[in-house]
Amino acid sequence: MSAIIPESLSCPCPITQHDTIQMAHGAGGRLSAELTQKLFLPRFANPALSALEDQAMLTVPSGRLAFSTDSFVVDPLFFPGGDIGDLAINGTVNDIAMSGAKPMYLSVGFIIEEGLSMETLHRALLSMERAAKTAEIAIVTGDTKVVEKGQCDKLFINTSGIGIIPDGVEISCRRLKPGDQILLSGTLADHGMAIMTTRKGLSFQSHLKSDTASLGKLVEAMLGITKNIHALRDPTRGGLATTLNEFAKSSNVGIEIFEDALPVRPDVKGACEVLGIDPLYVANEGKCVVVLPKDQCEAVLNEMKSHPVGKDACLIGEVTDKNPGMVIMKTMLGANRIVDMPLGEQLPRIC
Amino acid sequence: MKYLDEFRNPKIARQLLDEIHRTVTKPWVIMEICGGQTHSIIKNGIDQLLPKYVELVHGPGCPVCVTPLELIDKAIAIALQPNVIFTSFGDMLRVPGSHQDLFMARSQGADVRTVYSPLEALELCRQNPDKEVVFFAVGFETTAPGNAMAIYQAKREGLRNFSELVSHVLVPPAMEALLSSPTNRVQGYLAAGHVCAVMGWADYEPIAKKYHVPIVPTGFEPIDILEGILTTVKLLEQGECKVENQYGRAVKKEGNPSAKALIQQVFEISDRKWRGIGAIPNSGYTLKKEFEAFDAEKKFEISHLNTEESEECISGLVLQGLKKPHECLAFGNACTEQHPLGATMVSSEGACAAYYKYQRLTQNS
Repeated sequence: MSAIIPESLSCPCPITQHDTIQMAHGAGGRLSAELTQKLFLPRFANPALSALEDQAMLTVPSGRLAFSTDSFVVDPLFFPGGDIGDLAINGTVNDIAMSGAKPMYLSVGFIIEEGLSMETLHRALLSMERAAKTAEIAIVTGDTKVVEKGQCDKLFINTSGIGIIPDGVEISCRRLKPGDQILLSGTLADHGMAIMTTRKGLSFQSHLKSDTASLGKLVEAMLGITKNIHALRDPTRGGLATTLNEFAKSSNVGIEIFEDALPVRPDVKGACEVLGIDPLYVANEGKCVVVLPKDQCEAVLNEMKSHPVGKDACLIGEVTDKNPGMVIMKTMLGANRIVDMPLGEQLPRIC
Repeated sequence: MKYLDEFRNPKIARQLLDEIHRTVTKPWVIMEICGGQTHSIIKNGIDQLLPKYVELVHGPGCPVCVTPLELIDKAIAIALQPNVIFTSFGDMLRVPGSHQDLFMARSQGADVRTVYSPLEALELCRQNPDKEVVFFAVGFETTAPGNAMAIYQAKREGLRNFSELVSHVLVPPAMEALLSSPTNRVQGYLAAGHVCAVMGWADYEPIAKKYHVPIVPTGFEPIDILEGILTTVKLLEQGECKVENQYGRAVKKEGNPSAKALIQQVFEISDRKWRGIGAIPNSGYTLKKEFEAFDAEKKFEISHLNTEESEECISGLVLQGLKKPHECLAFGNACTEQHPLGATMVSSEGACAAYYKYQRLTQNS
């Protein structure tokens, strides 16, 4: 008997006129309407979206808005621990949350390659629905374009979103101060290594899983302890090393991190070793770096640990006035080395 | 993690460092052969923790760094031919040729793909029978068995659309060339652990004797390297010149007999040019006559290449251990990771890249 997976129980793909996406699904006519009615609305329905106007009309509380956009072109579409659907929701939710804002509304744009199976699209939509529910964010407007076969790779998704920044919260990469402590919400490199080992052409077995997750609730909980968080960022592309370098340069301070404090799962570490890749430079999709004054550090760390996406949170370093603009690692042997910005894609070594 | 954490244990490292400090009584120059070792030394900051009397100089064991410029230009020219899928290990793609690198060739439409094994290139041959698949067979003795296996299998399966652009180099002739140079400073070697895992260490005994140097096959983790240094320092202090194996968990005296047999079946020893060093007799592998149908240099007749080496780059001196990367005027100025002038700044195993990435701080201060 095959294993029962939750999505197979919940919603089978609706019966549509075609099993695959046709050019006409993006042409604004009858097939476009069928796609909206049968696939999109049942997943994302809410008053603003279901009005089916050309725009969402929203009432927002007063205060400052955080607004962010991100595009998702991941290959493969489905990977251990996640897929393009939850990645597209969590990615933008997290970018908004990193300002301290409570994420509220999302727009979604689909660019679909002609011939994509309806089943595949539906699977991604189910996953978006689940992720949006978890993050408590509403998808209020959307767009679909279909391009000829070969003009894009299966499915690209863009999401943009807004959130409201609570009063008294001032989070910025320019606010780091010497003496601040640096926390990390969990293990490094899970997402990037899950993708890398799954991707076609890399045929070694692993059970690595992406860490894709929404960080909105974690940030809300942290701000419940103190509003005095100086900087917050999710170390996605370029990994932790890039985020810390951006912080050090923007605030013109030094950052010191401790090699023996960096959390990496043993299987992820193993995959990194085999491929010659430094986990410091690998993408994460459900982690954040938190910089805050020392006197708030312990309380925030304890709060993070009590939250499911922050259970492995730990102290990884501190801000100093030495070597402004640079990130220095205290190695396990007690020496110092630079942690530089990555040049680009990490290249697997020869031997 | 097993086989990793125990070789990175800070306590053991401290004990080994203390013992090195206690053992050394005069200055010694030790060369680590392999770029992987250089990288580990700089990344872990081992050089900062050693006694002043122990000077580590970085050897030529970076395959990307010593691949001649002509061959990189040739690789780019082959990759740009129509109907070719050019495959390579990732490190090679960013190495600057005279005018461009393989990444730039790819952006001009060349089908350049990164593979993790030459056997993946064979799989591409099977999937694309109407395309010519070329693999850039670069490396020391370490990658030779895999590259030989790909040729062997291609011949057995009759895959006519496979070839290798071979640039294989061998460690022992390079060690001898360095030792017999009038400018040599090296007094002891940490031999390259992975090379020894394939070839064994019997070939090093005559070198140790002839040139009166201790040679210690050494691994790549911090504890391996510290043990290798301690063993070498002890031998030097005692005036003993022999081979002593540090990397016992991977290296046997006879090496890996099946890998060696396969290499011998497919390759023969030939003269090779090393980038930055020059020609060294009997220092490389070339495909044997019966496998020449798989030789990309013969399959694609590329000539009229006009190679131009940067005049500022001193990578040749760095590869011979005569200069340290930061002693180069271009280092960190005209030559950076973003704009490398020589291969030693590109490869993850290159000494200049290791210094640039991890130690600009200590070099500048």
